[in-house]
Amino acid sequence: MTKRRIIPVVSILAAASLALTGCGQSNTPTTTAQSASRSSQPLTVSDTWIKAADSGMSAAFGTIRNTSDKDVTIVSAAAPVATMVELHETVMGPDGTMKMQAKQGGFVIPAEGELKLEPGANHIMLMDLTKPVQAGDQVTFDLKTSDGGSVTFTAQAKDFTGANENYTAGEGSGSAPAAPAK
Amino acid sequence: MGSSGRDNTTPKPGAGVRRRHLLFGGAAAGVGALAAVGTQLAGKPVPPLPSDSGDGANGARTVPFYGDRQAGVGTAAQAHGVFLALDLKEGTTPERLKSLLKLLSDDAANLTQGKAALADTEGELALRPARLTVTFGFGPGLFRVAGTVPVPDGVSGLPAFSIDKLVPEFCGGDLLLQICADDPLSVAHAQRMLLKDSRRFTTVRWVQTGFRRAYGTEQSGTTMRNLFGQVDGTSNPVPGSAEFEKVVYGDGGTGSWALHGTSLVIRRISMDLDKWDELDRSGREESVGRKLANGAPLTGTAEHDEPDFAAVTPVGFPVIADFAHLRRARPDDPSQRIFRRAFNYDSVPGAGSVSDSGLIFASYQADIGRQFVPIQRRLDELDLLNLWTTPVGSAVFAIPPGCAPGGFVGEGLFA
Repeated sequence: MTKRRIIPVVSILAAASLALTGCGQSNTPTTTAQSASRSSQPLTVSDTWIKAADSGMSAAFGTIRNTSDKDVTIVSAAAPVATMVELHETVMGPDGTMKMQAKQGGFVIPAEGELKLEPGANHIMLMDLTKPVQAGDQVTFDLKTSDGGSVTFTAQAKDFTGANENYTAGEGSGSAPAAPAK
Repeated sequence: MGSSGRDNTTPKPGAGVRRRHLLFGGAAAGVGALAAVGTQLAGKPVPPLPSDSGDGANGARTVPFYGDRQAGVGTAAQAHGVFLALDLKEGTTPERLKSLLKLLSDDAANLTQGKAALADTEGELALRPARLTVTFGFGPGLFRVAGTVPVPDGVSGLPAFSIDKLVPEFCGGDLLLQICADDPLSVAHAQRMLLKDSRRFTTVRWVQTGFRRAYGTEQSGTTMRNLFGQVDGTSNPVPGSAEFEKVVYGDGGTGSWALHGTSLVIRRISMDLDKWDELDRSGREESVGRKLANGAPLTGTAEHDEPDFAAVTPVGFPVIADFAHLRRARPDDPSQRIFRRAFNYDSVPGAGSVSDSGLIFASYQADIGRQFVPIQRRLDELDLLNLWTTPVGSAVFAIPPGCAPGGFVGEGLFA
């Protein structure tokens, strides 16, 4: 597996444009990021994939690793295929069923540790897909860290019939599936 | 895999050596040692096996996925193999075909290396690959969808043979997945994962599941036996040898359709075990021209002895009969050679029967028309074995070259 170091950037704009052009069609999605290499909070993102969906919602998964000796917090995510992208956790609701909700404060990647984004657990939530995400598509993501860093990666779309936790955001909308697959 | 296409795994030497110590060192104790002594007394000395210590070492063995050539051809045959033929759904575009091949290559790259595939819901099953290989083959329909490379000669189909009683359920297909491992659970998991990622693009046309001896039952490299009890495949070219290179990947004389590519003919050969039962041992040996005990030609004593086709009996008949499979399958023209990598099958018997058994005959060659077809023609004309065997399935696939990390099998179609 190829992994590349992620280094926080001074200019997010410059980073994003460079990073996007750097996204090749690799079989294992990898992270890309840009330089201003004066900091030490490298993140790597690996084993990334996104649930294929024709419309509505979807979710992305993978492993984010922090090789620095300080915690790193990811505060937001963006992807060109959805108008709304959130960082989600899955928790048990008052009625005992698992529900997902926006993760307050973002994802903290512990120093020299990793955070796994998995179905039924933490994940990157996509809402209002602007176009179908088909199995085999490569979808680009951009994560922002609390200290102004940026992490870009591509995720391979895969058909997946799981990841159907209910969504608790909003009022009373507790039953929409995460990503209707077909 | 490398350019030789061979299995790079190395046997762990310790176990056999330790067992020898127990046997001959005078300090033998414990059930394992007693069992081993029992084996020694029961028959000829059993040579030490590369790994029989029960430590699970073989489950961790991997065969490289990436390389110039695909794995699963020159790889020493695993104990279990499944062949899956898929058909591309109507309306598949070249772009979607490319997506499919990328997804499947990525799955294969992970699973063969003992790693869960992306979105693998039973990832623990991937952790014991047991020499898992996934080999992709392209049927004529896939070339037509890609639309860039003409269907290679020979891949478009075989001539009709009079002995064939083909059923459509085991014929044809756009995309072949050949999945092999020394553990059937590893095969089943890979099959499940690959089909999950295929089902949006394809439908399953046929599945053929086969087996050889389990891992560790025999010394590796032992020629397989089929369900007739015959030693089957003695004259196969040895992977890594110059002959294997020429037969499978071609040279100046016999060209393959693509550099590091080859072709695969899969013939499902039904073997009538019930009728075979009626034949006595000498008749069985005559039908093939080899001894059942060790596969030696009837004119020799050891398996790999060269047959003497001129030898006659005291009353003047050929020792290896004119109708014997060995004589009929052996070409006069040395370029007419194939590399076989067969698996037995033993399916659920039909009503009123007790067996549905046979051979998944997988034949690799650079040039189907010049290598496979002439042999099959001769067997079609005359082969006593035809009395007990019937080809019921037939499919032909081009085996594309392998790929490097970041690439995918079949990328040459989209260059």
